[in-house]
This record gives sequence, C-alpha cells and structure tokens, in this order.
Amino acid sequence: MDDNSVHELALRMGDNCLILGQGLSAWCGHAPALEEDIALANIALDLIGQTKHWLGLAADLSSEKKTADDLAFLRDVREFKNCLLVEQSNGDYGNTLMRQFLFDAWHYPVLEALVKSSDKRIADIAEKSIKEVTYHLERSTDLVIRLGDGSAESNKRMQGALNRLWRYTGELTEPDSIDDALADSGIAPDLGEIRKKHTQYLAAALREAMLTIPDGEQMQSGGKRGLHTEGFGYLLGEMQVLQRSNPGAKW
Amino acid sequence: MYAQEVKSTGKGVKSLDEMDPQERAFQERIDADIKIEPKEWMPDGYRKTLIRQISQHAHSEIVGQLPEGNWITRAPTLDRKAILLAKVQDEAGHGLYLYCAAETLGVSRDQMTEDLLSGKAKYSSIFNYPTLTWADIGAIGWLVDGAAIMNQVPIQRCSFGPYSRAMIRVCKEESFHQRQGYDIMIKLANGTNAQKEMAQDALNRWWHPSLMMFGPPDDQSVHSAQSMAWKIKMNTNDELRQKFVDETVPQAEYLGLTVPDPDLKWNEERGHYDFGELDWNEFYEVIKGNGPCNRERLEARQRAWTDGAWFREGLVAHAEKRASRVAAE
Repeated sequence: MDDNSVHELALRMGDNCLILGQGLSAWCGHAPALEEDIALANIALDLIGQTKHWLGLAADLSSEKKTADDLAFLRDVREFKNCLLVEQSNGDYGNTLMRQFLFDAWHYPVLEALVKSSDKRIADIAEKSIKEVTYHLERSTDLVIRLGDGSAESNKRMQGALNRLWRYTGELTEPDSIDDALADSGIAPDLGEIRKKHTQYLAAALREAMLTIPDGEQMQSGGKRGLHTEGFGYLLGEMQVLQRSNPGAKW
Repeated sequence: MYAQEVKSTGKGVKSLDEMDPQERAFQERIDADIKIEPKEWMPDGYRKTLIRQISQHAHSEIVGQLPEGNWITRAPTLDRKAILLAKVQDEAGHGLYLYCAAETLGVSRDQMTEDLLSGKAKYSSIFNYPTLTWADIGAIGWLVDGAAIMNQVPIQRCSFGPYSRAMIRVCKEESFHQRQGYDIMIKLANGTNAQKEMAQDALNRWWHPSLMMFGPPDDQSVHSAQSMAWKIKMNTNDELRQKFVDETVPQAEYLGLTVPDPDLKWNEERGHYDFGELDWNEFYEVIKGNGPCNRERLEARQRAWTDGAWFREGLVAHAEKRASRVAAE
C-alpha cells in the first residue's frame, strides 16, 4: 500500500472534522440555551483536536514540507476533500443538529472500523477520536429524537432540515478507487459495510423521531474530488483570512 | 469589574449597636469570616445586592462570549482556534455556575435572563467595545481577563458561600485565559511589522476601557461601603485599579509596547505608577447603553433567545409526551 492513499484518507477525515468544527464554532454565544452553547463549543473543540491529528498525519506524508496549519489555512476550495454534508451552512439550530446527526451516524462506525486499521498511525488517531464521537452521536441522536417527537413546530423544522440535507448523505458511503484500495489492504473499512450500518442507524433513529426519510432524492456528491458547493469558498475565505493576508507570519 | 455599579441598599452602613439582634448576629458572623449559606437568615439588602452582583457577573460572562466568539471562525491556526473555543466555553460555564449561585438566593435563571434581555440588568461595560483585529483577542485575554482576576481573587474570600466557591473555580480558569491572551500578544509583538502595529493598536484601544472595568473612582462609588461591610466587595475600585496598573505596565514594557497614557510614570514616593484621568463620561455612557456595541450585543442575545424558543418548547413538549406515555402504561 502506498502512502498516497493513506495521505488521502487523512485529508478526507481531517477536512471533515475541520469544516464541521468551523461551522459549529460560529454558534458560540448564539445558541438557544446556555447548555447548548457549551455543548457545541465542546464538540467543535473535539473536532478541531481531531483535525490536528488527521491533518498532522497528512502533512507528515506529503512530499513537500508542510504543517497541519498549512493544510488547513493555505489550501483552496478544489484541494479540500471533505464531504458536502459538513460544509452546508448552519441554518437554524435544527439544521445544525440534523447535519451533526447525519454525520455522527457515519463518523462513528467509520472510526470503529479504523480503530482496527492495519496502519497503526490511522488506528491510533481513531482510538483517540472514538470516545469523543461516541458522545457526539449519543447527543445528536437524543436531540433529533426529542425534537422530531416534540412540538408540531420542532417536528416541522427537523423534517425540513432532513429534507434539505438528505441528498448529501449518499456520498458518505460512495467508494472511489482510493477507498477500494484502502479497504483491500485493511487500512480502512469497506464503505458498503459502513453504508449498511449508517442506513440502519438512521432509519431506526428517524423512525423514533417521527421523521420521514425523503423519497427519491437525487444524491449529490463531489467532496472527495474537491467539487464543493458554492458557499464553501466563503467559509474558507473567513477561516483563512489571517494566514492569507499575512503571508509567513507566525501566530 | 464584571459587576461594576451594583446598587446596594442606598442607606449608610449601620453600626452593630443600631442593628436588631438578628442582623447583629449576622454581621458578627461576617466580621468573624464565617460564610453565609443560602438557607440562613440574611438582611433583604444583602440578598438583593448579591443577586444584582452575581447576576451582573453571570451576564458579563454570557455577553462576553460575543466579542471573542467574533474571532473563533477566523483564528489564525488550529491551536489558536482550539484555545479560543476552550476559553469561550469556559466563560459560558462560568455564567452557568454563577446563575446557579444566584438561584440559591431565590431568583430564577429565567427571571435573570429576562432582565438581561429587557436591558434592565447590566453587564460589564468592557464587552460593549468591538473586537476589530486578532490582536484584540490577545488584548482581551491579557487586559480584560487580567483585570477580572484582580477583582475576583479577593472575592474568593467573600462572605457568601456559593459565590465564594464559584469564584475559586472561576479564578483557576481565568488565569489560564490571561496567559493565553498574553501569549498571543508575545507572538504579535515579536512578529512582522503589521503584527506589531496590530498589537499596539489593540493596547491603545483596550487600555482605558480595561481600567474602567474597576468601576467609578472611590469618591463617586456610592454603594461600596455597605458592600465592603458585608464582605461581598473586598477592595475599593481605586485600590484594584492601581494594583492592575502596577502589574500590567511592566508586562507592556516586556512586550515593547507603549501604554497610551502620557501621564503614566513611576512614583518613587508612593511606590506606584501615577496615571492619567479616565474619561468617566464615556464610562457612564457605555453603562447607559450608548457604547459602540451595546445595541448589537443585546440584539444578539435577544435573537439567540427568540430564535431558540422553538427548540426549548420542542424539548418541553417531548418531555410532556414521554411523561404521559409513562403514565398511560
């Protein structure tokens, strides 16, 4: 197995964490309850911590001498490999929670498999991350169920969020040639297996939440190839502004 | 400070002889440094003043998330982003335990929230200034958290048990906040010319507002004497302000930055720095709601509360459904 595929895996995992963490951190001070402010900051913090590990590994494996910060702050839209789901705008709090739930339900089984990766570097990061993500998934599932099966208004908002975001869930388990190669060598799981777990988990939780999975949605994909949605450039513009406007400065 | 102009009873401080036996026993316990706990008898004025003071402090922590939160999404490195997130999360946590401490005095968090959102309750003037550059995040940690620590360390010894214990926890985290702020300043002060200018500019803008955090000068601070007799205020505003200046000026020198005060100079005789008059008119305007960001801060909190109503109501509706299902079984 060449390190190029491992590098790519590390980028994909790291970019997912970074971009989702970036979105969550914008809620600071604006959440609907103080406990939610604290919880979101906590989850964002976990994800930024995981980003440092994944992008640190990607940087170590890159041919040029780079750091995790270089990868986070000096790449452009087409070089980011996160899935489209995590870059979707925060929207209302229901949208943010639904985005988190759909992602956590994928993130958890992936890490569970990566803990057993044949590549120790990957397994180590997965081991560190899975405890945090276990909590993320518990929390987002619980809230989606309570709000879906809550008031008429909260059900409507959660259903609206599910309808909006569902089309970005297919890509999460859609393998490309790199995924196939990683699965063949036991570094990463077969995404077909992850798909089964993801689908089953979502179906059960959403049923309990009295929410309906939209029918016949055309799935969108492109993140792994650096084909993102229009809003993504703005997200990067904001995140990267200081590094871009002060080349070479240390912070 | 985080609670800058706490209205006390408005009456002068009574001597022990003027007090009825119950009040006298209470004051004697305070004089003997025995902590007052929530279920014990206390004068109404003590209770009311503490509620104002603790809730102002809590509101300051909550509103204080906003100016710093303004830079989380633009923090320049992954480490800085993580540290700032952790810090703002700590502040929300401080707000939470301070609200809990105030609740032990018989006021509900919903009531305190309502008072903040209606503009009735105050919060620290400092959070009504804008964070314009990354250096402002350094300056807030260094100066604002530095000033907060200066005030809160003595309050660890205050007479009210829950407040005192909350302060012990808060102070541990605040000193980490101050260090991270100063660390940002060190990086900037040793960085590119643009970074140095950014650092100096932030000091220029935050110095005077930070000194005003300690509240009006002692001769204008009408409520202090009673609060000090009750040991819910441990030092006068001017004492703390002087201590802050004395500790902070050498830190600015170490950074190679200039404190924006032409009257600042070491007074050998006093063993303290002399410093220039502050613009108290500005302070009172900010307290009244006319600072650069008062409106935005309050609107942001009101929006968070209003936009989140469906979320809170949804959770309540779910809890009720669940309870009625359990009852039906």
